[in-house]
Amino acid sequence: MIDLQHVSKRFLEHVVLDDVNFTVSKGETVALLGPSGVGKSVLLKHIIGLIRPDTGEVLVDGLSVPHLKRKELAQLRTRIGYVFQNGALFDSMDVFENIRLGITDDTSYRDLRFAHERVRECLRLVNLAPEVMQKMPSELSGGMRKRVGIARAIAGKPTYLLYDEPTSGLDPVNSDVIDTLIERLQQELGVTSVVVTHDVRGAFRVADRIALLWQAKIRAVGTAEEIVASKDEAVQQFLERDLEMAVIQGGKD
Amino acid sequence: MRISTVERAVDLRRPIGRISLRVAGHAGRFFFMLVDLFRGLPEWRTWLPYTIEQANLIGYGSMFIVILIAGFAGGVTALQTGYQFTGAYPLYIAGGVISESVILELGPVLTGLILAGRIGASFAAELGTMRVTEQIDALESLGRSPVTHLLLPRCIAGIVVIPALVMFANGIGFFTGFIAAKQSLGITNADFAYGARYFFHSFDMWYSAIKAVAFAFAVTTIPCYIGFNAQQGAEGVGRATTQAVVAASVTILMLDLVLAQVLLGGAR
Repeated sequence: MIDLQHVSKRFLEHVVLDDVNFTVSKGETVALLGPSGVGKSVLLKHIIGLIRPDTGEVLVDGLSVPHLKRKELAQLRTRIGYVFQNGALFDSMDVFENIRLGITDDTSYRDLRFAHERVRECLRLVNLAPEVMQKMPSELSGGMRKRVGIARAIAGKPTYLLYDEPTSGLDPVNSDVIDTLIERLQQELGVTSVVVTHDVRGAFRVADRIALLWQAKIRAVGTAEEIVASKDEAVQQFLERDLEMAVIQGGKD
Repeated sequence: MRISTVERAVDLRRPIGRISLRVAGHAGRFFFMLVDLFRGLPEWRTWLPYTIEQANLIGYGSMFIVILIAGFAGGVTALQTGYQFTGAYPLYIAGGVISESVILELGPVLTGLILAGRIGASFAAELGTMRVTEQIDALESLGRSPVTHLLLPRCIAGIVVIPALVMFANGIGFFTGFIAAKQSLGITNADFAYGARYFFHSFDMWYSAIKAVAFAFAVTTIPCYIGFNAQQGAEGVGRATTQAVVAASVTILMLDLVLAQVLLGGAR
Protein backbone atom coordinates (compact mmCIF):
# COMPACT_ATOMS: atom_id res chain seq x y z
CA MET A 1 0.00 0.00 0.00
CA ILE A 2 1.19 3.52 -0.82
CA ASP A 3 0.20 6.25 1.60
CA LEU A 4 1.21 9.91 1.43
CA GLN A 5 0.14 11.87 4.50
CA HIS A 6 0.16 15.67 4.62
CA VAL A 7 3.08 15.88 2.18
CA SER A 8 4.37 19.35 1.35
CA LYS A 9 7.23 20.25 -0.96
CA ARG A 10 8.55 23.55 -2.25
CA PHE A 11 11.43 24.43 -4.57
CA LEU A 12 12.74 27.83 -3.48
CA GLU A 13 9.60 30.00 -3.37
CA HIS A 14 7.50 27.71 -5.55
CA VAL A 15 5.11 25.49 -3.56
CA VAL A 16 4.70 22.26 -5.55
CA LEU A 17 2.82 20.10 -3.07
CA ASP A 18 0.79 21.54 -0.23
CA ASP A 19 -0.51 19.17 2.45
CA VAL A 20 -1.19 16.38 -0.03
CA ASN A 21 -2.88 13.15 1.09
CA PHE A 22 -2.84 10.31 -1.42
CA THR A 23 -3.46 6.59 -0.94
CA VAL A 24 -3.20 3.62 -3.29
CA SER A 25 -4.45 0.25 -2.07
CA LYS A 26 -2.92 -3.10 -2.97
CA GLY A 27 -3.73 -4.25 -6.51
CA GLU A 28 -5.31 -0.93 -7.41
CA THR A 29 -4.48 1.34 -10.36
CA VAL A 30 -4.77 5.03 -9.60
CA ALA A 31 -4.33 7.72 -12.24
CA LEU A 32 -2.99 11.04 -11.05
CA LEU A 33 -4.33 13.72 -13.36
CA GLY A 34 -3.39 17.35 -13.55
CA PRO A 35 -2.12 20.03 -15.89
CA SER A 36 1.55 20.05 -16.95
CA GLY A 37 3.97 21.40 -14.36
CA VAL A 38 1.58 20.98 -11.44
CA GLY A 39 3.85 18.57 -9.55
CA LYS A 40 2.55 15.14 -10.52
CA SER A 41 6.03 13.76 -11.26
CA VAL A 42 7.33 15.31 -8.04
CA LEU A 43 4.66 13.41 -6.12
CA LEU A 44 5.61 10.19 -7.92
CA LYS A 45 9.30 10.69 -7.11
CA HIS A 46 8.41 11.01 -3.42
CA ILE A 47 7.04 7.46 -3.51
CA ILE A 48 10.34 6.00 -4.70
CA GLY A 49 12.47 8.27 -2.53
CA LEU A 50 14.07 10.29 -5.33
CA ILE A 51 12.70 13.44 -3.66
CA ARG A 52 12.19 13.93 0.07
CA PRO A 53 9.19 15.85 1.38
CA ASP A 54 9.71 19.07 3.35
CA THR A 55 6.99 17.90 5.72
CA GLY A 56 4.66 14.93 5.88
CA GLU A 57 5.05 11.20 5.62
CA VAL A 58 5.48 8.86 2.64
CA LEU A 59 4.71 5.24 3.48
CA VAL A 60 5.17 2.25 1.17
CA ASP A 61 4.22 -1.11 2.68
CA GLY A 62 4.27 0.66 6.06
CA LEU A 63 7.89 1.80 5.60
CA SER A 64 8.64 5.50 5.92
CA VAL A 65 10.47 6.18 2.64
CA PRO A 66 12.22 9.46 3.65
CA HIS A 67 13.61 7.84 6.79
CA LEU A 68 14.96 4.65 5.23
CA LYS A 69 18.71 4.01 5.28
CA ARG A 70 20.48 3.76 1.94
CA LYS A 71 20.42 -0.06 1.79
CA GLU A 72 16.84 -0.26 2.98
CA LEU A 73 15.79 2.24 0.34
CA ALA A 74 17.64 0.28 -2.36
CA GLN A 75 15.87 -2.85 -1.11
CA LEU A 76 12.47 -1.13 -1.26
CA ARG A 77 13.19 0.16 -4.76
CA THR A 78 13.64 -3.41 -6.00
CA ARG A 79 9.90 -3.82 -5.33
CA ILE A 80 8.99 -0.70 -7.30
CA GLY A 81 9.20 -0.32 -11.08
CA TYR A 82 9.43 3.26 -12.31
CA VAL A 83 8.65 4.19 -15.90
CA PHE A 84 10.24 7.53 -16.72
CA GLN A 85 8.65 10.17 -18.91
CA ASN A 86 11.21 9.92 -21.73
CA GLY A 87 12.22 6.35 -21.04
CA ALA A 88 15.51 7.41 -19.37
CA LEU A 89 17.24 4.52 -21.14
CA PHE A 90 20.99 4.31 -20.68
CA ASP A 91 22.45 5.70 -23.92
CA SER A 92 25.67 3.73 -23.73
CA MET A 93 23.94 0.34 -23.37
CA ASP A 94 21.90 -1.67 -25.84
CA VAL A 95 18.30 -2.66 -25.10
CA PHE A 96 19.38 -6.01 -23.61
CA GLU A 97 21.71 -4.37 -21.09
CA ASN A 98 19.11 -1.70 -20.30
CA ILE A 99 16.44 -4.26 -19.45
CA ARG A 100 18.96 -6.54 -17.74
CA LEU A 101 19.77 -3.74 -15.29
CA GLY A 102 16.12 -3.94 -14.24
CA ILE A 103 16.70 -7.46 -12.87
CA THR A 104 17.17 -6.37 -9.30
CA ASP A 105 18.27 -9.71 -7.83
CA ASP A 106 22.07 -9.74 -8.16
CA THR A 107 22.43 -13.51 -8.61
CA SER A 108 19.84 -13.55 -11.40
CA TYR A 109 21.42 -10.43 -12.92
CA ARG A 110 24.80 -12.16 -13.22
CA ASP A 111 23.29 -15.35 -14.66
CA LEU A 112 23.47 -14.50 -18.36
CA ARG A 113 21.19 -17.31 -19.49
CA PHE A 114 18.49 -16.30 -17.00
CA ALA A 115 18.94 -12.62 -17.91
CA HIS A 116 18.51 -13.44 -21.59
CA GLU A 117 15.30 -15.34 -20.93
CA ARG A 118 13.95 -12.62 -18.65
CA VAL A 119 14.72 -9.85 -21.14
CA ARG A 120 13.02 -11.85 -23.91
CA GLU A 121 9.98 -12.37 -21.65
CA CYS A 122 9.78 -8.66 -20.77
CA LEU A 123 10.02 -7.68 -24.44
CA ARG A 124 7.18 -10.08 -25.20
CA LEU A 125 5.06 -8.50 -22.46
CA VAL A 126 5.51 -5.06 -24.03
CA ASN A 127 4.87 -6.35 -27.57
CA LEU A 128 8.43 -5.96 -28.84
CA ALA A 129 10.32 -8.50 -30.94
CA PRO A 130 13.42 -10.18 -29.43
CA GLU A 131 15.53 -8.65 -32.22
CA VAL A 132 15.14 -5.26 -30.52
CA MET A 133 17.57 -6.52 -27.84
CA GLN A 134 20.63 -5.64 -29.90
CA LYS A 135 19.49 -2.12 -30.77
CA MET A 136 20.82 1.00 -29.08
CA PRO A 137 18.28 3.43 -27.54
CA SER A 138 19.11 6.01 -30.24
CA GLU A 139 17.82 3.55 -32.87
CA LEU A 140 14.36 3.30 -31.27
CA SER A 141 11.22 5.34 -31.96
CA GLY A 142 9.53 7.29 -29.14
CA GLY A 143 6.90 4.60 -28.59
CA MET A 144 9.51 1.82 -28.57
CA ARG A 145 11.63 3.72 -26.05
CA LYS A 146 8.61 3.99 -23.75
CA ARG A 147 7.94 0.28 -24.11
CA VAL A 148 11.58 -0.62 -23.42
CA GLY A 149 11.34 1.65 -20.35
CA ILE A 150 8.31 -0.34 -19.21
CA ALA A 151 10.12 -3.62 -19.94
CA ARG A 152 13.02 -2.46 -17.76
CA ALA A 153 10.62 -1.46 -14.98
CA ILE A 154 8.95 -4.89 -14.92
CA ALA A 155 12.17 -6.93 -15.32
CA GLY A 156 12.64 -7.12 -11.54
CA LYS A 157 9.06 -8.41 -11.03
CA PRO A 158 7.98 -5.41 -8.96
CA THR A 159 4.96 -5.18 -6.69
CA TYR A 160 4.37 -1.55 -7.64
CA LEU A 161 4.58 0.17 -11.02
CA LEU A 162 4.84 3.93 -11.22
CA TYR A 163 4.27 5.44 -14.67
CA ASP A 164 5.39 9.01 -15.26
CA GLU A 165 3.47 10.37 -18.28
CA PRO A 166 3.62 7.07 -20.19
CA THR A 167 1.80 8.48 -23.24
CA SER A 168 3.14 12.03 -23.40
CA GLY A 169 4.66 12.95 -26.74
CA LEU A 170 3.04 9.99 -28.48
CA ASP A 171 0.48 10.05 -31.27
CA PRO A 172 -3.05 8.78 -30.40
CA VAL A 173 -2.39 5.33 -31.90
CA ASN A 174 0.77 4.79 -29.87
CA SER A 175 -0.94 6.25 -26.79
CA ASP A 176 -3.65 3.61 -27.16
CA VAL A 177 -0.99 0.91 -27.51
CA ILE A 178 0.64 2.03 -24.24
CA ASP A 179 -2.73 2.27 -22.44
CA THR A 180 -3.60 -1.25 -23.60
CA LEU A 181 -0.21 -2.38 -22.36
CA ILE A 182 -0.77 -0.84 -18.93
CA GLU A 183 -4.14 -2.59 -18.69
CA ARG A 184 -2.62 -5.88 -19.76
CA LEU A 185 0.29 -5.67 -17.32
CA GLN A 186 -2.18 -4.86 -14.58
CA GLN A 187 -4.14 -8.03 -15.40
CA GLU A 188 -1.16 -10.34 -16.03
CA LEU A 189 1.17 -9.18 -13.25
CA GLY A 190 -1.41 -8.00 -10.70
CA VAL A 191 0.74 -5.03 -9.70
CA THR A 192 -0.33 -1.91 -7.82
CA SER A 193 0.05 1.03 -10.19
CA VAL A 194 0.13 4.80 -10.15
CA VAL A 195 -0.19 6.43 -13.57
CA VAL A 196 0.74 10.10 -13.74
CA THR A 197 -0.80 11.66 -16.81
CA HIS A 198 -2.60 14.66 -18.22
CA ASP A 199 -4.43 12.48 -20.74
CA VAL A 200 -7.99 12.19 -19.35
CA ARG A 201 -9.13 9.54 -21.80
CA GLY A 202 -6.14 7.31 -21.00
CA ALA A 203 -6.66 7.80 -17.26
CA PHE A 204 -10.36 6.87 -17.49
CA ARG A 205 -9.43 3.77 -19.42
CA VAL A 206 -6.68 2.31 -17.22
CA ALA A 207 -7.49 3.48 -13.69
CA ASP A 208 -9.69 2.10 -10.95
CA ARG A 209 -9.61 5.50 -9.28
CA ILE A 210 -8.60 8.95 -10.44
CA ALA A 211 -7.06 11.78 -8.44
CA LEU A 212 -6.77 15.34 -9.68
CA LEU A 213 -3.77 17.39 -8.57
CA TRP A 214 -4.61 21.07 -8.91
CA GLN A 215 -2.66 24.03 -7.55
CA ALA A 216 -0.44 21.89 -5.29
CA LYS A 217 -3.38 20.05 -3.70
CA ILE A 218 -5.36 16.89 -4.41
CA ARG A 219 -8.60 18.49 -5.55
CA ALA A 220 -10.67 15.36 -6.18
CA VAL A 221 -10.40 11.59 -5.85
CA GLY A 222 -12.82 8.95 -7.03
CA THR A 223 -13.86 6.52 -9.71
CA ALA A 224 -14.25 7.77 -13.28
CA GLU A 225 -18.00 8.14 -12.76
CA GLU A 226 -17.51 10.10 -9.54
CA ILE A 227 -15.00 12.41 -11.19
CA VAL A 228 -17.27 13.05 -14.18
CA ALA A 229 -20.19 13.74 -11.81
CA SER A 230 -18.10 16.06 -9.65
CA LYS A 231 -19.53 19.54 -9.13
CA ASP A 232 -16.06 20.96 -8.50
CA GLU A 233 -15.38 23.77 -10.97
CA ALA A 234 -11.66 22.98 -11.31
CA VAL A 235 -12.41 19.32 -12.06
CA GLN A 236 -14.99 20.20 -14.69
CA GLN A 237 -12.71 22.85 -16.19
CA PHE A 238 -9.85 20.33 -16.49
CA LEU A 239 -12.06 17.59 -17.94
CA GLU A 240 -13.69 19.92 -20.48
CA ARG A 241 -10.36 21.32 -21.61
CA ASP A 242 -8.91 17.85 -22.16
CA LEU A 243 -12.00 16.63 -23.97
CA GLU A 244 -11.84 19.71 -26.22
CA MET A 245 -8.22 18.82 -27.00
CA ALA A 246 -9.31 15.26 -27.77
CA VAL A 247 -11.94 16.54 -30.22
CA ILE A 248 -9.35 18.83 -31.90
CA GLN A 249 -6.86 15.95 -32.14
CA GLY A 250 -9.61 13.67 -33.46
CA GLY A 251 -10.47 16.26 -36.11
CA LYS A 252 -6.84 16.51 -37.20
CA ASP A 253 -6.50 12.71 -37.38
CA MET B 1 16.75 55.98 -2.14
CA ARG B 2 19.74 56.42 -4.45
CA ILE B 3 22.10 56.40 -1.51
CA SER B 4 20.69 53.20 -0.15
CA THR B 5 21.08 51.55 -3.60
CA VAL B 6 24.70 52.65 -3.79
CA GLU B 7 25.32 51.54 -0.25
CA ARG B 8 23.82 48.19 -1.04
CA ALA B 9 25.98 47.91 -4.17
CA VAL B 10 29.22 48.56 -2.30
CA ASP B 11 28.26 46.48 0.71
CA LEU B 12 30.38 43.41 0.13
CA ARG B 13 29.00 41.43 3.06
CA ARG B 14 26.08 40.08 1.06
CA PRO B 15 28.03 38.70 -1.97
CA ILE B 16 30.83 37.44 0.27
CA GLY B 17 28.30 35.66 2.46
CA ARG B 18 26.57 34.19 -0.57
CA ILE B 19 29.84 32.99 -2.12
CA SER B 20 31.02 31.56 1.21
CA LEU B 21 27.79 29.61 1.58
CA ARG B 22 28.11 28.27 -1.96
CA VAL B 23 31.74 27.24 -1.45
CA ALA B 24 30.91 25.59 1.87
CA GLY B 25 27.98 23.79 0.27
CA HIS B 26 30.12 22.46 -2.59
CA ALA B 27 32.93 21.48 -0.20
CA GLY B 28 30.47 19.57 1.97
CA ARG B 29 28.83 17.77 -0.94
CA PHE B 30 32.23 16.98 -2.50
CA PHE B 31 33.42 15.54 0.82
CA PHE B 32 30.32 13.36 1.09
CA MET B 33 30.85 12.17 -2.48
CA LEU B 34 34.39 11.09 -1.51
CA VAL B 35 32.99 9.28 1.54
CA ASP B 36 30.47 7.53 -0.74
CA LEU B 37 33.29 6.52 -3.09
CA PHE B 38 35.20 4.89 -0.21
CA ARG B 39 32.05 3.21 1.04
CA GLY B 40 31.45 1.78 -2.43
CA LEU B 41 34.88 0.11 -2.61
CA PRO B 42 33.79 -3.25 -1.12
CA GLU B 43 31.25 -3.66 -3.94
CA TRP B 44 34.03 -4.50 -6.38
CA ARG B 45 31.91 -7.00 -8.32
CA THR B 46 29.81 -4.08 -9.51
CA TRP B 47 32.46 -1.47 -10.26
CA LEU B 48 35.29 -3.65 -11.59
CA PRO B 49 33.83 -4.44 -15.07
CA TYR B 50 32.92 -0.78 -15.64
CA THR B 51 36.37 0.27 -14.39
CA ILE B 52 38.12 -1.92 -16.97
CA GLU B 53 35.93 -0.37 -19.67
CA GLN B 54 36.76 3.16 -18.47
CA ALA B 55 40.48 2.36 -18.12
CA ASN B 56 40.53 1.28 -21.77
CA LEU B 57 38.77 4.45 -22.85
CA ILE B 58 41.08 6.70 -20.83
CA GLY B 59 44.30 4.82 -21.63
CA TYR B 60 44.03 4.06 -25.33
CA GLY B 61 41.93 7.12 -26.02
CA SER B 62 44.50 9.49 -24.54
CA MET B 63 47.64 7.79 -25.86
CA PHE B 64 47.91 9.83 -29.06
CA ILE B 65 47.43 13.23 -27.45
CA VAL B 66 49.87 12.34 -24.65
CA ILE B 67 52.54 11.30 -27.17
CA LEU B 68 51.96 14.53 -29.08
CA ILE B 69 52.13 16.81 -26.05
CA ALA B 70 55.10 15.07 -24.40
CA GLY B 71 56.96 14.87 -27.69
CA PHE B 72 56.62 18.58 -28.39
CA ALA B 73 57.37 19.50 -24.76
CA GLY B 74 60.63 17.50 -24.80
CA GLY B 75 61.68 18.96 -28.15
CA VAL B 76 60.93 22.55 -27.19
CA THR B 77 62.72 22.16 -23.83
CA ALA B 78 65.83 20.93 -25.67
CA LEU B 79 65.78 23.86 -28.11
CA GLN B 80 65.24 26.46 -25.39
CA THR B 81 67.94 24.90 -23.21
CA GLY B 82 70.30 25.16 -26.14
CA TYR B 83 69.35 28.80 -26.67
CA GLN B 84 69.93 29.66 -23.01
CA PHE B 85 73.04 27.63 -22.25
CA THR B 86 75.11 27.29 -25.43
CA GLY B 87 78.51 28.90 -24.93
CA ALA B 88 77.84 29.68 -21.28
CA TYR B 89 77.82 26.23 -19.70
CA PRO B 90 79.19 22.79 -20.58
CA LEU B 91 76.82 21.00 -22.96
CA TYR B 92 76.25 18.01 -20.70
CA ILE B 93 74.14 20.30 -18.48
CA ALA B 94 71.49 20.22 -21.22
CA GLY B 95 70.98 16.49 -20.48
CA GLY B 96 70.22 17.30 -16.86
CA VAL B 97 67.98 20.28 -17.57
CA ILE B 98 65.92 18.43 -20.19
CA SER B 99 65.43 15.25 -18.16
CA GLU B 100 64.68 17.09 -14.92
CA SER B 101 62.28 19.55 -16.61
CA VAL B 102 60.36 16.73 -18.23
CA ILE B 103 60.23 14.42 -15.19
CA LEU B 104 59.60 17.02 -12.50
CA GLU B 105 57.29 19.43 -14.27
CA LEU B 106 56.38 19.11 -17.92
CA GLY B 107 55.43 15.42 -17.99
CA PRO B 108 53.01 15.48 -15.05
CA VAL B 109 51.63 19.01 -15.46
CA LEU B 110 51.10 19.05 -19.22
CA THR B 111 49.64 15.54 -19.19
CA GLY B 112 47.41 16.51 -16.25
CA LEU B 113 46.17 19.65 -17.98
CA ILE B 114 45.52 17.96 -21.29
CA LEU B 115 43.66 15.13 -19.54
CA ALA B 116 41.67 17.66 -17.52
CA GLY B 117 40.40 18.88 -20.88
CA ARG B 118 39.94 15.51 -22.49
CA ILE B 119 38.78 13.24 -19.66
CA GLY B 120 37.38 15.91 -17.36
CA ALA B 121 35.13 17.31 -20.09
CA SER B 122 34.02 13.85 -21.11
CA PHE B 123 33.17 12.77 -17.52
CA ALA B 124 31.28 16.00 -16.77
CA ALA B 125 29.36 15.92 -20.06
CA GLU B 126 28.47 12.21 -19.77
CA LEU B 127 27.33 12.42 -16.17
CA GLY B 128 25.62 15.78 -16.70
CA THR B 129 23.65 14.39 -19.64
CA MET B 130 22.73 11.33 -17.60
CA ARG B 131 21.54 13.60 -14.81
CA VAL B 132 19.36 15.88 -16.95
CA THR B 133 17.88 12.98 -18.94
CA GLU B 134 16.98 11.21 -15.68
CA GLN B 135 19.30 8.27 -16.38
CA ILE B 136 20.87 8.65 -12.93
CA ASP B 137 17.40 8.75 -11.35
CA ALA B 138 16.54 5.65 -13.37
CA LEU B 139 19.60 3.85 -12.01
CA GLU B 140 18.62 4.77 -8.45
CA SER B 141 15.03 3.74 -9.07
CA LEU B 142 16.31 0.25 -9.93
CA GLY B 143 17.89 0.05 -6.48
CA ARG B 144 21.37 0.43 -7.96
CA SER B 145 23.95 2.86 -6.71
CA PRO B 146 25.18 5.55 -9.14
CA VAL B 147 28.36 5.69 -7.07
CA THR B 148 29.39 2.11 -7.79
CA HIS B 149 28.03 2.08 -11.36
CA LEU B 150 29.16 5.51 -12.57
CA LEU B 151 31.50 7.42 -10.25
CA LEU B 152 33.77 4.78 -8.77
CA PRO B 153 34.69 3.15 -12.11
CA ARG B 154 35.65 6.53 -13.59
CA CYS B 155 37.67 7.63 -10.56
CA ILE B 156 39.53 4.35 -10.06
CA ALA B 157 40.26 3.97 -13.77
CA GLY B 158 41.63 7.53 -13.87
CA ILE B 159 43.70 7.16 -10.72
CA VAL B 160 45.28 3.95 -12.08
CA VAL B 161 45.71 4.92 -15.74
CA ILE B 162 46.69 8.62 -15.53
CA PRO B 163 49.93 8.01 -13.53
CA ALA B 164 50.85 5.37 -16.11
CA LEU B 165 50.20 7.91 -18.88
CA VAL B 166 52.36 10.46 -17.03
CA MET B 167 55.24 7.97 -16.81
CA PHE B 168 54.77 7.23 -20.50
CA ALA B 169 54.79 11.00 -21.21
CA ASN B 170 58.02 11.33 -19.20
CA GLY B 171 59.63 8.67 -21.37
CA ILE B 172 58.45 10.25 -24.63
CA GLY B 173 59.48 13.77 -23.50
CA PHE B 174 62.90 12.54 -22.44
CA PHE B 175 63.41 10.72 -25.73
CA THR B 176 62.30 13.61 -27.99
CA GLY B 177 64.34 16.01 -25.84
CA PHE B 178 67.37 13.83 -26.37
CA ILE B 179 66.81 13.62 -30.15
CA ALA B 180 66.21 17.40 -30.43
CA ALA B 181 69.31 18.16 -28.29
CA LYS B 182 71.41 15.88 -30.47
CA GLN B 183 70.17 17.48 -33.67
CA SER B 184 70.22 21.13 -32.62
CA LEU B 185 73.01 21.30 -30.04
CA GLY B 186 75.19 18.53 -31.36
CA ILE B 187 75.46 16.99 -27.88
CA THR B 188 76.94 13.50 -27.79
CA ASN B 189 75.12 10.48 -26.35
CA ALA B 190 77.70 10.23 -23.59
CA ASP B 191 77.41 13.91 -22.61
CA PHE B 192 73.61 13.77 -22.56
CA ALA B 193 73.63 10.58 -20.46
CA TYR B 194 76.24 12.04 -18.09
CA GLY B 195 74.19 15.23 -17.57
CA ALA B 196 70.96 13.34 -17.10
CA ARG B 197 72.57 10.99 -14.53
CA TYR B 198 74.45 13.79 -12.78
CA PHE B 199 71.31 15.77 -11.93
CA PHE B 200 68.99 12.78 -11.43
CA HIS B 201 67.77 11.75 -7.97
CA SER B 202 65.76 8.59 -7.52
CA PHE B 203 63.20 10.69 -5.60
CA ASP B 204 62.50 12.61 -8.83
CA MET B 205 60.55 9.65 -10.18
CA TRP B 206 58.61 9.33 -6.93
CA TYR B 207 57.90 13.05 -7.04
CA SER B 208 56.62 12.74 -10.59
CA ALA B 209 54.47 9.75 -9.63
CA ILE B 210 53.04 11.47 -6.53
CA LYS B 211 52.13 14.49 -8.64
CA ALA B 212 50.55 12.23 -11.24
CA VAL B 213 48.35 10.51 -8.65
CA ALA B 214 47.31 13.86 -7.14
CA PHE B 215 46.50 15.26 -10.59
CA ALA B 216 44.61 12.08 -11.50
CA PHE B 217 42.52 12.53 -8.37
CA ALA B 218 41.69 16.11 -9.43
CA VAL B 219 41.03 15.19 -13.07
CA THR B 220 38.55 12.45 -12.09
CA THR B 221 36.79 13.45 -8.88
CA ILE B 222 36.13 17.13 -9.67
CA PRO B 223 34.50 16.60 -13.10
CA CYS B 224 32.56 13.62 -11.70
CA TYR B 225 31.22 15.82 -8.88
CA ILE B 226 30.32 18.70 -11.19
CA GLY B 227 28.75 16.50 -13.88
CA PHE B 228 26.83 14.44 -11.33
CA ASN B 229 25.26 17.60 -9.91
CA ALA B 230 24.50 19.27 -13.27
CA GLN B 231 21.11 20.96 -13.59
CA GLN B 232 18.83 22.56 -16.16
CA GLY B 233 19.08 20.80 -19.50
CA ALA B 234 21.62 21.21 -22.28
CA GLU B 235 22.71 24.62 -21.00
CA GLY B 236 23.41 23.12 -17.58
CA VAL B 237 25.47 20.32 -19.12
CA GLY B 238 27.50 22.85 -21.12
CA ARG B 239 28.10 24.94 -18.03
CA ALA B 240 29.06 21.86 -16.00
CA THR B 241 31.54 20.77 -18.66
CA THR B 242 33.23 24.17 -18.76
CA GLN B 243 33.31 24.42 -14.97
CA ALA B 244 34.74 20.91 -14.70
CA VAL B 245 37.64 21.64 -17.05
CA VAL B 246 38.42 25.00 -15.45
CA ALA B 247 38.15 23.67 -11.88
CA ALA B 248 40.27 20.58 -12.61
CA SER B 249 42.94 22.67 -14.41
CA VAL B 250 43.15 25.28 -11.65
CA THR B 251 43.33 22.52 -9.02
CA ILE B 252 46.21 20.91 -10.93
CA LEU B 253 48.15 24.18 -10.95
CA MET B 254 47.47 24.71 -7.24
CA LEU B 255 48.47 21.14 -6.38
CA ASP B 256 51.63 21.62 -8.45
CA LEU B 257 52.65 24.56 -6.28
CA VAL B 258 51.66 22.91 -3.00
CA LEU B 259 53.43 19.63 -3.81
CA ALA B 260 56.59 21.46 -4.94
CA GLN B 261 56.67 23.28 -1.61
CA VAL B 262 55.82 20.23 0.49
CA LEU B 263 57.98 17.64 -1.29
CA LEU B 264 60.87 19.73 -2.64
CA GLY B 265 60.80 22.78 -0.35
CA GLY B 266 63.14 21.34 2.28
CA ALA B 267 64.90 18.80 0.09
CA ARG B 268 67.86 20.84 -1.14
